[in-house]
Amino acid sequence: MNTHQLAGVAARLRVNIEEKSFRSSNGGTIEVLCDLRFEVEQNEFACILGPSGCGKTTTLRILLGLDSDYHGSIQLPGLADARIGAVFQEPMLLPWRTVEQNVRLALPKPMRETNLDMLFSTLGLSKMRNFYPAELSLGLARRAAIARALAIEPDILLLDEPFVSLDESTAQQLRHMLLSVWSERPTTALMVTHNLQEAIMLADRIIVLSERPAHVIGTFDIRLPRNYRNQQVKADLLRSFNEKFAGVRNPP
Amino acid sequence: MALASSEQQQTGKLVSTAASKWQWSSPLMVLLSFGALVVAWHVGATIWPSRSFPAPLLVLQTFISETASGDLPYNLGITLCRVAASFVLAMLIGSVIGVLLGSHRRADQFFNPWVILFLNIPALVIIVLAYIWFGLNEAAAIGAVALNKIPNVVVTMREGTRALDPRYAEMAKVYRFNALDRLRHILIPQLQPYIAAASRSGISLIWKIVLVVELLGRSNGVGFQINLFFQLFDVAAILAYTLAFVAVMLFIELVVVQPLEHTSTRWRRSAA
Repeated sequence: MNTHQLAGVAARLRVNIEEKSFRSSNGGTIEVLCDLRFEVEQNEFACILGPSGCGKTTTLRILLGLDSDYHGSIQLPGLADARIGAVFQEPMLLPWRTVEQNVRLALPKPMRETNLDMLFSTLGLSKMRNFYPAELSLGLARRAAIARALAIEPDILLLDEPFVSLDESTAQQLRHMLLSVWSERPTTALMVTHNLQEAIMLADRIIVLSERPAHVIGTFDIRLPRNYRNQQVKADLLRSFNEKFAGVRNPP
Repeated sequence: MALASSEQQQTGKLVSTAASKWQWSSPLMVLLSFGALVVAWHVGATIWPSRSFPAPLLVLQTFISETASGDLPYNLGITLCRVAASFVLAMLIGSVIGVLLGSHRRADQFFNPWVILFLNIPALVIIVLAYIWFGLNEAAAIGAVALNKIPNVVVTMREGTRALDPRYAEMAKVYRFNALDRLRHILIPQLQPYIAAASRSGISLIWKIVLVVELLGRSNGVGFQINLFFQLFDVAAILAYTLAFVAVMLFIELVVVQPLEHTSTRWRRSAA
């Protein structure tokens, strides 16, 4: 299994965070990220896998431009003005707007009147367009948040554990929905997760992070069409993943 | 219907306007209560007849004759315009200052003593100074009323701004909401309970101060008329004007403020 060493020709997202730390309440500093370097290719679906609290969400917040207090650089080669679709850990829908209004508000002005029927129906939200977020279950709210991120036709899609705290069957259903929308219109995607099974199902490549301060331990290429990934293939992938990273990290 | 009204009361508690919701929850009780007051008043006025304590019927007659002559509607209209102008001015300026102070801690620390100072200057002093400095004109009158209300609005809106959820602002940043969308869809909906609270206490405070302003330095309006009738010792007219004005303010509360609040908070009621 070769580690991911790209010349950067097709790189769409180039992350090079030399150092990121937080000030702790007792006045000291906590180093969260240290020499975190990785790239994501155009239209690649990459997963960042790492132990809880290792700095995955912090990495994503930096990519989203919500935290600029770090040393290093984020580059988006070939994208002058990248449109970023984000799915946060919480759905973060505006409670005072309906599902459809929430999605439309995120659209850039020229796209405000776009037909969203396809997107809503693929995500099973057709009947919930006029519902307020408080009327939705967590699973449905997550779908609406995914719809919002995909509706803007993003250049980069960033997902922060979008299926966490759902029951497994709902989570699985949502993963399939995400894949079906994503395959219709592939885009560069980076998803943070601590669930290896999920990463094996969704990703082209898994980027494995260390404990805090986080850096990349290694990457795990999958690059198999997702419909080939039956139970047997997944089990094989899981085994080879664990062999590769045995001794480096404990498999979840 | 019963379900709807109980839900309304629940949301009322949430937005700290429970008191007025309870007060007006049953129109029948309100009628009964006011009816009893009028009867007691009538009985009192019959037992102790006096020019300074007219019976309700006499007040009603004065009301009708003042309305017919056009004096009452004219002066009421003038006063309402002043109330509206001061209210809009105070809410706009107070909200802007409140949001700024709520979002900038340093500025808040610096200006907080000013806010406390203005909160504690008596309304009368501000009115008198405004008339002395800016003359006996409309701008001074409306400005003085607004200035009396602004510190209250500042304090309420500052509290609301501190309670904003930063994650919505982050979402708006990621999805590149423009300034207007941030204001309309992120800021104002979150501040809505605080805007409602400031408006309610605002209207009731402002209309009382407007009467004082009119009494001291204007030549029309309900406040001016009441001063005139005070010098004529015409208690029936004083009561007729006062009750007419209170009735108009209640009407505004019931027909404008409450339905508006009901509409703007409908998303809360959809919670399962």
